[in-house]
Amino acid sequence: MFSNPDLLHFIFGRLSLDSLPFHEPILVVTFAAVVLGGIAVLGGITYFRLWGYLWKEWITSIDHKKIGIMYIILALIMLLRGFSDAIMMRAQQAMAFGGSEGFLPPDHYDQIFTAHGVIMIFFVAMPLVTGLMNFVVPLQIGARDVAFPFLNNFSFWMTTSGAVLIMVSLFVGEFAKTGWLAYPPLSDIVYSPGVGVDYYIWALQIAGVGTLLSGVNLVVTIVKMRAPGMSMMKMPVFTWTALCTNVLIVAAFPVLTAVLVLLGLDRYADTNFFTNDLGGNAMMYINLIWIWGHPEVYILILPAFGVFSEVVSTFSRKRLFGYSSMVYATVVITILSYIVWLHHFFTMGSGASVNAFFGIATMIISIPTGAKIFNWMFTMYKGRISFDVPMLWTIGFMLTFVIGGMTGVMLAVPPADFVLHNSLFLIAHFHNVIIGGVVFGMFAGIVYWFPKAFGFKLDPFWGKMSFWLWLVGFYFAFMPLYVLGLMGITRRMSQFDDPSLQIWFVIAAFGALLIAGGIGSFILSIVVAVIKRDKLRDETGDPWGDGRTLEWSTSSPPPAYNFAFTPVVHDLDAWADMKKRGYVRPTEGFLDIHMPKNTGAGFILAALSLVLGFALVWHIWWLVIASFIALVVGAIAHTFNYDRDYHIPASEVVETEDERTALLAKQQA
Amino acid sequence: MTMANNTAAQTEMPVFYLKEEHHPETGTMLGFWIYLMSDSLIFGILFATYAVIGQNYAAGPAPTDLFDLELVAINTSMLLFSSITYGFAMLQMEKGSIAGTQLWLAITGLFGAAFVGLELYEFHELWSLGATPMRSGFLSAFYTLVATHGLHVTFGIIWLVTLMIQVAKHGLIPANKRRLMCLSMFWHFLDVIWIGVFSVVYLLGVLG
Repeated sequence: MFSNPDLLHFIFGRLSLDSLPFHEPILVVTFAAVVLGGIAVLGGITYFRLWGYLWKEWITSIDHKKIGIMYIILALIMLLRGFSDAIMMRAQQAMAFGGSEGFLPPDHYDQIFTAHGVIMIFFVAMPLVTGLMNFVVPLQIGARDVAFPFLNNFSFWMTTSGAVLIMVSLFVGEFAKTGWLAYPPLSDIVYSPGVGVDYYIWALQIAGVGTLLSGVNLVVTIVKMRAPGMSMMKMPVFTWTALCTNVLIVAAFPVLTAVLVLLGLDRYADTNFFTNDLGGNAMMYINLIWIWGHPEVYILILPAFGVFSEVVSTFSRKRLFGYSSMVYATVVITILSYIVWLHHFFTMGSGASVNAFFGIATMIISIPTGAKIFNWMFTMYKGRISFDVPMLWTIGFMLTFVIGGMTGVMLAVPPADFVLHNSLFLIAHFHNVIIGGVVFGMFAGIVYWFPKAFGFKLDPFWGKMSFWLWLVGFYFAFMPLYVLGLMGITRRMSQFDDPSLQIWFVIAAFGALLIAGGIGSFILSIVVAVIKRDKLRDETGDPWGDGRTLEWSTSSPPPAYNFAFTPVVHDLDAWADMKKRGYVRPTEGFLDIHMPKNTGAGFILAALSLVLGFALVWHIWWLVIASFIALVVGAIAHTFNYDRDYHIPASEVVETEDERTALLAKQQA
Repeated sequence: MTMANNTAAQTEMPVFYLKEEHHPETGTMLGFWIYLMSDSLIFGILFATYAVIGQNYAAGPAPTDLFDLELVAINTSMLLFSSITYGFAMLQMEKGSIAGTQLWLAITGLFGAAFVGLELYEFHELWSLGATPMRSGFLSAFYTLVATHGLHVTFGIIWLVTLMIQVAKHGLIPANKRRLMCLSMFWHFLDVIWIGVFSVVYLLGVLG
């Protein structure tokens, strides 16, 4: 019966044994490692009977703090995948000279640079940013949770489903060979008939739902749930940047959704949006995707600016210099980020006046950004600076980002861009701002808020190692690319002819190795901290000694309800103000606290979306229909659950708070 | 004002926390409104796409060959009526009448179903003339824009039926009222989008 090809095709769609990449030794070895590692992890969870704990305390959790932590874990795992892609590219380019083809066939190399870009942006940078905002924002505004706690859980699992789908593409079928934005006509069905682009589309669509909903969620949280007294201009700067970022998410991600739907229709339904014939227009795709894509880079960088603002004032023991100019600069960047998208393709040929408009708009963005750099420097001026790890990341950022910003202004000049477009100069530029800005910022944020999340600091020695290896590694890895770009070398090449170029690629590969050391040191700083946690313990809730905002006023880690009593805010640096004016922590009069209940609905719906995505990729139509119906029915069934909250009894609050009182008394004694 | 507060603060301890439970107002309406704005961006992109490639007929049929304004006028009136009847349902909800709310919701659902039915009929007619989405850029953009709106209405109907069951089960409790308000915004939003579709696609297509 199973020899019937029609039946097999009905059951499995395009999927067959040939879809498994047995011919790629690298993938087979990776697959074996992943399977063994997976078995070890699952076995460990079973052996230690952790399934119930994981399900009850994490997977179904609607606690914004746990969801934030899970986002960051997801991002760090995906960072390892994205970075393995990077180091393979660096190795390939360093050896594929003078007739040598390197170790990656072009077909595989193309998948790697596509996967690297997609994973780093969507499944590393985005979850880092979203995770940090999720964890920090409700604490900073004195709230108990986000506005829609269930949606928050659902958003996280949708992002994870997208990440899983992209990981599946590594071992089942292939990934897109189109570059991270999948430009047509290359990504059309005619030129990319395989499943790669379909994996790309559905992974991003599934994750995009999560991103959009978490954007709506955080905007409403910030607008509606601030503690009494916290006017907009008394919000911490990180919360301000989070607000702007989430506004950008809500206003940009629908564009990505729409444009990927259109590309999907071209591929699945044979329509003619971006085709070469029958009235399609490929440049429309490139315009639309950058109308999402440019705001996206500000979605990533703004929260990093927020982190730096918090860090620089905490470790300079001073109020942030120029708070209101910081806020205005953030808002101006938010608005300008919408009117610069065309600078990504000046070479399209839209004419001198259009290019001039977008070039000038782009250059104007450097003004509010420059104002921010000056604000941070003036904050440090005459401060009592302590060079803890978050501060190192911040100073490293300020130096590195200025270089990236200046090469950005160079690229914003259309005539210069005609020379540098799609060259390695561009690659160096955006890694300069994304690593020097976003990655440094997220590391600063993780190190800064880690003690809040877990009750002990990260190990400072390995933290410093990580910083220096990343910083030096970055310069070794990307300065050569500036040089090569100026010499006219284009991006995405898997082999080179001119042997005089090789030395630059070897230097870049050395830099990538240093960065590998930086990532390893960062992981070590976590491992060592867990081992030495009693030494690094924070019992005050204010581990850096000079926290200024509300998250430092509660315990580390904070209780499920964050604050036993909702704080009342009088000053921009609410916690610094409370400390200065002799705030006395209440020890009695606790009440029942109203909290949302955990639910498994988000996980189940996201898992169904993953199945739907996989079925769509492989054209398994019966499964598409079945999982789609299950998804709709599941979502409707969830709305019949009206029992969504509970009260933490006052007695439990008393118990938790008494423990903290005892700890604080021990500190003072 | 702030000056006065500051001097007061130095002499006596300000209030640093609320002694009673704090209940921030619910953000559902704002959240749903923001979601609608993001949805309108999706339609914005589809409109923009139609504007860019809507005249790329690829030697195929053009709007004047295809659109039957009378049919579309009837279709439009179905949707506009459904918005009015949804308004009546909300008035009944304010009065607290479960039966009245359910009746008007049902009528709204029927108008909505009539709209979707007429749209499918229109698509069927066009398809039989050879005007398929695969035929040209214009037709790809046309079908996608109109069908995206139609899909929204279809989901609105499913949502409406779900809510009718929930109202029957639990009555007009605050949670259900909030849900009815959200669907109300969604339904009127689709009306606004349709007015855009009707003007830009059908009227401009036939007249221009």
